[in-house]
Amino acid sequence: MKLRRKVYMVAGYNTISMGSGRKEFHPKKPRPGLEEYMKEAGQGVLQQIGGAAHVDECVVGNFIAARYNKQANLAAFFPFIDEGLKYKPCIRVEGACGTGALALATGVKSVLAETAEVVLVLGVEVQNSVKAVYGADILAAAGWYKERKKGHAHFFPGKFSERAGAYYQKFGYEKTREAMAVWYKNAIENARLCPTAQEFHNTSPDLLGTGMMKPNPHAFVESLNVFDCSKVSDGASAIAVVSEEGLKRCGIPLSEAVEIKGVGMAEYDITKPPADPTRLETTSVAVGKALESAGISKEDLATVECHDCFSIAGVMAVEAIGFAEHGKGADFVLAGNTSRNGKVPFNTTGGLIGWGHPTGATGVHQAVTIWEQLTGKTGDAQIEIPADRPYGLSINMGGDDKTLVSIVYKKTT
Amino acid sequence: MNYEEKLQQVLVLGAAGKMGSGILLLTSMEMADISLKPENKGKEYIIYALDVSQQALTGLMKYIRVQLVKAAEKKINVLRNLYADRNDLIDNAEIIDAYVNDVMNIIRPVTTIESAYEANIIFEAASENPDLKVKLFSQINQNSKTEPWFFTNTSSIPIGYLDKEAGLDGRILGVHFYNPPAVQKLVEVIKAENSKPELSEFVTRFIKNMRKVEVPSYDFAGFIGNGHFMRDALFGMELLDRLTGQYSFPEAVYMVNKVSQDFMIRPMGIFQLIDYVGIDVCQFIMKVMKPHVKNELIHSPLLDKMMDLNVKGGQYFDGSQKDGFLKYEKGRPVAIYDIDKKSYVPIADFAEKCDAALGSLPAGHAPWRAVVGNRAKDALLREYFNNMKQSDSKGAELALDYLRRSKEIGENLVKEKVAYTPEDVNTVLLTGFFHAYGPINDYIN
Repeated sequence: MKLRRKVYMVAGYNTISMGSGRKEFHPKKPRPGLEEYMKEAGQGVLQQIGGAAHVDECVVGNFIAARYNKQANLAAFFPFIDEGLKYKPCIRVEGACGTGALALATGVKSVLAETAEVVLVLGVEVQNSVKAVYGADILAAAGWYKERKKGHAHFFPGKFSERAGAYYQKFGYEKTREAMAVWYKNAIENARLCPTAQEFHNTSPDLLGTGMMKPNPHAFVESLNVFDCSKVSDGASAIAVVSEEGLKRCGIPLSEAVEIKGVGMAEYDITKPPADPTRLETTSVAVGKALESAGISKEDLATVECHDCFSIAGVMAVEAIGFAEHGKGADFVLAGNTSRNGKVPFNTTGGLIGWGHPTGATGVHQAVTIWEQLTGKTGDAQIEIPADRPYGLSINMGGDDKTLVSIVYKKTT
Repeated sequence: MNYEEKLQQVLVLGAAGKMGSGILLLTSMEMADISLKPENKGKEYIIYALDVSQQALTGLMKYIRVQLVKAAEKKINVLRNLYADRNDLIDNAEIIDAYVNDVMNIIRPVTTIESAYEANIIFEAASENPDLKVKLFSQINQNSKTEPWFFTNTSSIPIGYLDKEAGLDGRILGVHFYNPPAVQKLVEVIKAENSKPELSEFVTRFIKNMRKVEVPSYDFAGFIGNGHFMRDALFGMELLDRLTGQYSFPEAVYMVNKVSQDFMIRPMGIFQLIDYVGIDVCQFIMKVMKPHVKNELIHSPLLDKMMDLNVKGGQYFDGSQKDGFLKYEKGRPVAIYDIDKKSYVPIADFAEKCDAALGSLPAGHAPWRAVVGNRAKDALLREYFNNMKQSDSKGAELALDYLRRSKEIGENLVKEKVAYTPEDVNTVLLTGFFHAYGPINDYIN
């Protein structure tokens, strides 16, 4: 995407990622609905930008509330979030688990098209409305419907289990499982530093041991254990995408913003299996486009938020970005490079496995986390951003490496 | 007739009871799984659910549907394979619905015993009354069109006795599920002297298919489970007597219950367990065991007295606990029965005093929940019980006495040929009673 104007993100907000693991969560007790999450996140942004009057357009990303919550037409909740949004242009976008970043890209396009100076972008998903076994049916819509019948009961874990199995076979079981366990450990340790994270309350003493639990195909899938997987989450995240004029209008100093330097989008045929199950090729294309449009290389990145819906996807993302050669991602992770004290910290508030994965909100959550890191707002989870590497990268993936959006962010001061 | 053919016509006797409903659930699922195999398409599979009242059967069918949904959700991986050729069923939700309907369709709720005359297999879960069981078995056996196999869920009556009295020629086996059968892994299997080997072969496969644990027991009244539990309960009541000189009845019940739960790291205290099983059931089992046990009196005057006062414990159909020695609110004990005043006294009235008298839990204590699934539990328990031996508290003293007695009971079960091995005794207590450790151990040597 060619950025013909300067575009910024400001005023991010995350609700709690609610679900198993949180002390407040009880599957049988009533919980907030879709609209409450939208209101909390939306108001969280509006309060930082001086209110709804400053907003030109709104975008909501949501994967599949029509099935989880029997609710469509989500754009019409913006005036519910704030009466000041009544009659403003509002759009809803969808691209499975890549929905959130599609919403961000839509906001960026509006600013580039000069139809808006301030866009309120929100992502939301409320998934604990059904048991996981039925949620699997709903999430399977991120794949091709004609594959559902022969697919696994847990459709997407099944897909990534096949990828993991292929990876084990090609590059070794033990080493890969160990790297996946380290990935899990990093995710939980980072989440413990972030009060909104679903795993914030996790006190398990032996994370590596847990991560190494042997996959049990009878109870789950062939090549993954449940800790390799992101959980079922309810949550919303929101952020404002603004122009320079928009920054001024909201009265926000440049130091509180991150600049969007590159956006890479890529799509792959949903009816086709991956050409090579051990690679995330569409991810690789999207990241390449994002880095190219930003005019930087991976060496300039201080931090990455990648789409670790499964720990194996985290390992493969490391390779897709180019930090390690094909087959060496596990070594890169095992050497500690992706941990919060490593060369390039990944998923510093826990990522999808640790922070949570309210599907349609995830892409927005990633942007909020990078905005926080680059503006020094991450609290206990703050990492150091080296002066010579002022960039962050996010990768949001819809389906099995199908709908990809990668964004490069830059610290402004 | 092979395994699958045998399972085409089955009857559960006492199907609406706590045990019968669980056995019905498990058996009907096993039958449905067989009926769904391609080679069995078109064959009829029927399970009669026999009980005395229509009202109970209505409740049963509701219960079965709810449980089937839960079970189907758990075995969704298997079900997707079973329904692989049904192109109209795509989502997990559709497959689960289809399976629940398919299982429900093979169940026939009935109130008349004539249905049993068709069955190849009779699972019996009627009340624990030897005369009743003999009468039912004889009647079915005499009128049956087949030569049916009888699997009795008795937890205490010798199988050989039932075989002989009902004239079954060895077509009987003890298949003792634990409560609730849908959840509990343990099945005690008891061969009478005369039991035909093909019954054992069938049951071994049946239990394995249900992914449960089979433990063999000699055909001796009470078998392993109740052989241990009844004596263990009697010892609890013996400790109660020891304390009632110094403490009131509710205080003593509280203390013994606390020692047997917290100090001994068990899932529940002995009086709560008696309530859970039912004071009436415990009394009945002791009555059945008593004539068969020599040199030992399996009888509790205290249970008789509680029954006279109409305090029975046991459970409601939904699994919630009825009041017994203890009174429960939301499943938790809140008061204890005072046998003299014939009313419940709140635990809060005396807990502090009794806790002080028992003293603090030995160092290294962890609650049962934290120990039972812990991979390092052996070292943890060893250290804890070592500390208990060093402690001079009243609670530690009572717990050590109890542990010694529990071990002695276990060893005697092996010595007196109730259990085949010490491991079998431990397996029964670990899986059937959810203990964190078997009674035959060397923690307190």
